[in-house]
Amino acid sequence: MDAIRTEALTKHFTVGFWRPRPYLALEALTLQIGHGEVFGFLGPNGAGKTTTLKLLMQLIYPTSGHAEILGRPVGDVEVKRRIGYLPENPYFYDYLTAEELLEYFSALFGHSAAERRRRASALLDEVGIGAERRLQLRKFSKGMLQRVGIAQALINDPEVVFFDEPMSGLDPLGRRHIRELILRLRDRGCTVFFSSHVLSDAEALCSRVAILANGRLVSQGALSEILAVTIRGWELVVSGLTETALAHAQSSAGIRGATRLGPERYALELPMTVPPEHLLAKLVAAGATLVSLNPLHDTLEDFFVRQVAAAPEERGLESTRG
Amino acid sequence: MRAIGHIAVNVFRESVRDKVLYSIVAFAVMLIAVSYLLAQLTAGQDLKIIKDLGLASIATFGLLMAIFIGIGLVWKEVERRSIYGLLTKPIRRWEFILGKYVGLVLTLLVNVAVMTAAFYAVLAYQGWGVDELARRAWPAPPMDPALLSAIALILVELMLVTGIALFFSTFSGPFLSAVLTLGLWVIGHFNTDLRNFENVVESRAAAWLARGLYYALPNFDTFDIKAQVVQGQHVAASYIALSVLYGMVYPALVLTGAVAIFSRRDFK
Ligand SMILES: Nc1ncnc2c1ncn2[C@@H]1O[C@H](COP(=O)(O)OP(=O)(O)OP(=O)(O)O)[C@@H](O)[C@H]1O
Ligand SMILES: [Mg+2]
Repeated sequence: MDAIRTEALTKHFTVGFWRPRPYLALEALTLQIGHGEVFGFLGPNGAGKTTTLKLLMQLIYPTSGHAEILGRPVGDVEVKRRIGYLPENPYFYDYLTAEELLEYFSALFGHSAAERRRRASALLDEVGIGAERRLQLRKFSKGMLQRVGIAQALINDPEVVFFDEPMSGLDPLGRRHIRELILRLRDRGCTVFFSSHVLSDAEALCSRVAILANGRLVSQGALSEILAVTIRGWELVVSGLTETALAHAQSSAGIRGATRLGPERYALELPMTVPPEHLLAKLVAAGATLVSLNPLHDTLEDFFVRQVAAAPEERGLESTRG
Repeated sequence: MRAIGHIAVNVFRESVRDKVLYSIVAFAVMLIAVSYLLAQLTAGQDLKIIKDLGLASIATFGLLMAIFIGIGLVWKEVERRSIYGLLTKPIRRWEFILGKYVGLVLTLLVNVAVMTAAFYAVLAYQGWGVDELARRAWPAPPMDPALLSAIALILVELMLVTGIALFFSTFSGPFLSAVLTLGLWVIGHFNTDLRNFENVVESRAAAWLARGLYYALPNFDTFDIKAQVVQGQHVAASYIALSVLYGMVYPALVLTGAVAIFSRRDFK
């Protein structure tokens, strides 16, 4: 059984008042996420990430398709008991203090008064809200609200958590805290599903990612798979290389590109298919010294930009229908 | 079910921390107190004036509160998106609606109790040291317990108004909800005229329509026994019981409608 499963999950919004027409926010999303995975849900602005999360929380209903969490249909109270959710740009009640908010939410899970206090204070410690916890939330900054949002998502020790852009609004230290928190959740066996457009977060945290663009899934898989197939080649940096020796090497060894870094200092790029040892031997023989040799990985960013650029842009339904 | 209680308590907490609500209650209490001064200007009618003004204040400010809070209860949560955090906790949407309703009724109960206390304090002061002769001229004693039945029916009326305001606020903004609720309240006071409508029109269809509306629209006149109580007239217990029953069934239907709409809607 998967922790999260969606089947052809689709959401169309109706836009336009005089001539209402469907607008495709999410089209036939099928995903399976196993227990204990940290799953990154990536995509540019307006890709449909928040829409997906709201469908999973049953804050909106799908146009068609189906979604399950922990083997039960979304919206089931038993499911809600075992999950946590951080909304995008969370907002709670102005008139409650951070402490009161967490205790209120804790009460909804049936925790005793002592238990509520214990959980609230432990979680506020964990997300780094200090004495401000006694302030009404109207006085909270964006980043502080974000931290309260993360704390409230964890009030019931959830088995699956959904974070919609957990790093948004946080300072660098805060981002690191949350990164560590996600890793701690993973170590506890918690499944984490988070959306982001910050790729470094995904690279640091995720076992698997899905990339969404214009409401459609364009790619999904383990990061290592996605990136492994796209190793570009090798980069050699050498010094003491004369121009004639370079010209000679270029004509024979299949060098894809050479960048001059300084006097007699060059960065040479080799395709994956050419082992760098031969060239290196040649260059050393010509009197050059090796400064560095690096494999050229495609970054998630390169991958992302390529995938998103290739995604179909059409989101109205008229043309796809006829 | 437990969730309903927690949500209701939170509604109460919200209103207690709302300065606007404080001002409404403070103003009502002030008006009730001022009725004492007004009464001194009109010899003979003094007690009647205090009672009229007191009951009217409780009814009017109660109505203001019910509409003012009722229209925002659901709408504000949806608009500010605080509902995202709440509805993803283990509660059902109908529990949310019911919790909000119970919370507002609780708030109104406390506020009406405060106004009633002020009202009785003024009445006690007015009745203090009045001689037997003057006493006999009054149609009813100053601290007449029958006043409580009038206040109880005001409260029942407020429960109905609250239900209606909540219903509108599940799908429309506060301004529209306020206008619609107030509109229904006004129409609901002329409901008896709809009943008589069929005696004055020829058209069969119009008569049927009037009759249908008479039954469908809330009848707020039912809850108004202020005049009788102030005059010292007896109001039958069965009438009060029936009105209370009406004031329970109607909101139940309205809330069912609210839940039906709210359970199907998307939160943008
Ligand atoms: N209530 C709505 N009515 C109409 N269109 C909507 C509605 N909500 C979302 N959309 C549209 O659906 C698309 C997907 O929106 P969504 O909020 O899911 O994007 P996102 O991936 O979360 O973007 P971001 O990274 O900016 O948060 C957007 O183009 C948006 O305009
Ligand atoms: Mg989003």
